[in-house]
Amino acid sequence: MQLHNRTLRELHELLVAKKVSSVELTKATLQRAHEVDKKLQSYVTIADDVALEQAKQADERIAKGDVTPLTGIPFAMKDAISTRGVRTTCSSKILENYVPQYNATVTQKLADSGAVLLGKTNMDEFGMGSSCENSAFFNTRNPWGLDRVPGGSSGGAAAAMSAGLCGFSIGEDTGGSVRMPAGFCNVTGMKPTYGRVSRYGLIALASSFDGIGPMTRDAYDCATVFETIAGHDEHDSTTYNSPVPHYTETIDKPVKGMKLGIPKEYFVAGMEAGVESAIQEAIRQFEKLGMEIHEVSLPNTKYALPVYYLLLFAEASSNLARMDGTRFGLSVADGAKDVIDIYLQTRRAGFGDEVKRRIMLGAYALSAGYYDAYYLKAQKVRTLLRRDFEAAFSSVDVLIAPTCPTTAFKLGEKTSDPLEMYLSDIYVVATNPAGVPSLAVPAGFSNNMPVGMQLIGKHLNEQTLFQVGHAYQQVTDWHKQLPNL
Amino acid sequence: MTQTIDTKTVKHVANLVRLGITEEEAQKFSGQFSAIIEYFNMLNEVDTENVIPASDIVNAENVLREDVVKPSMSHDEFIKNAPNSERGYVKVPTVLGDE
Repeated sequence: MQLHNRTLRELHELLVAKKVSSVELTKATLQRAHEVDKKLQSYVTIADDVALEQAKQADERIAKGDVTPLTGIPFAMKDAISTRGVRTTCSSKILENYVPQYNATVTQKLADSGAVLLGKTNMDEFGMGSSCENSAFFNTRNPWGLDRVPGGSSGGAAAAMSAGLCGFSIGEDTGGSVRMPAGFCNVTGMKPTYGRVSRYGLIALASSFDGIGPMTRDAYDCATVFETIAGHDEHDSTTYNSPVPHYTETIDKPVKGMKLGIPKEYFVAGMEAGVESAIQEAIRQFEKLGMEIHEVSLPNTKYALPVYYLLLFAEASSNLARMDGTRFGLSVADGAKDVIDIYLQTRRAGFGDEVKRRIMLGAYALSAGYYDAYYLKAQKVRTLLRRDFEAAFSSVDVLIAPTCPTTAFKLGEKTSDPLEMYLSDIYVVATNPAGVPSLAVPAGFSNNMPVGMQLIGKHLNEQTLFQVGHAYQQVTDWHKQLPNL
Repeated sequence: MTQTIDTKTVKHVANLVRLGITEEEAQKFSGQFSAIIEYFNMLNEVDTENVIPASDIVNAENVLREDVVKPSMSHDEFIKNAPNSERGYVKVPTVLGDE
């Protein structure tokens, strides 16, 4: 029985009908992961023993009828999210041998649901990158073209999902890190409203942007996982108190009469022709589904990239101060005569170049004499970016945009110029400073590589995004296309 | 406002973030930083007169709770990841002044 191309609800039906056990499903998925990952290198750690133990427990739950929609289903987790007893590296040398003593809230919620942790996926070091090439360990390859990047920073999670090396995966999006790789690898992925999913146990990149979200075969599955991981957490005081809706119950509601906004600033020169035509075709599909199409303006769009990067650098420079070689992680203390010497040596040896660049630029933007011109200025323009979205959502329900101006680029193509790599995030970064949710959905192909679109919604309105994404996937089959591996 | 970020500035910010750095590295970063900061300077075009800087995006309010003792991770478990420890304490060389 082929299992790697199934949706979560198909797997759930097979499990509860006892046509397959979680142990069988987990063994089959582990075997495929070990085999296919020789080519892709999407996992940093495959935790066979943990997975089989959890699968056994899941089978006991299924036998007792104590099941959730995720019980017994194997999943992969971005290596930025803490897993008790399973190495959590952030794809950095400084955490290469770090084994957390506690679970992130998302990890715990998935464990409570009976989902089976298969392993931890590769990423750009500490989430800093758009191609996975900033991993300190190895490059992950795109399942649709092995000479191409999977996107970043959750590139391993996207590649593993795309290739069927897990039932679903969990990514994290600080400025596109779920949506951009989802688009490159032809999977569906959610960047939640800021504060909808707990960040407790997520190794922080930029605490005011970070959002954990699922990557799945389709919008329905994405809603299923999201229902499990979202919600208030006493360990994260930025999480919303409002109840989590049952997204899957209303996902079938028709989208007729809803208003779709096309932000004119997103459809400008520089977009690959095949990407633009795929998005235009998607807009025609939404029109056929009875949605009203309106042009809208987000006038400060061109400033989103500098605002995002400046604030990210500043927050990261502060967050990464904890990697100091004294309490956990790598420690380099060759002849150190004082504790500062341990900091200097450990961080020099443990951080890659992109991390070094970003924390230094963050300190620069925050330092005396430059604070007003950079950090404070960026926070002011951030207010304007948020107002842009508020104004647009006063007239439409959902916005549509590509996830990237191009399809997946080649390995090595952008590594020599950091600024050029940053520009690949141009369509995905504006949502994070504004805190609004966005769902990436497969939207076709350009030169045989996947094209992603994102649907952007109001704060706490993931519901609408799942509904619109699901409606689109009822009349298209892009999301069902699988890479030939 | 155009400025280049010289190696002296690079070494200064490296020290601020406690990052050991060589002369060669300082030179490489100096060129890259100047290009990136020049790009960021486009924010100067934006009129932000009377705009309040964003402080949070969820309209958050203070979250308070009772200060009560609850079970937490054991001391032994907590100290497990420390590279150097003694009797349950993290051990480091001199922090202040000479030995």
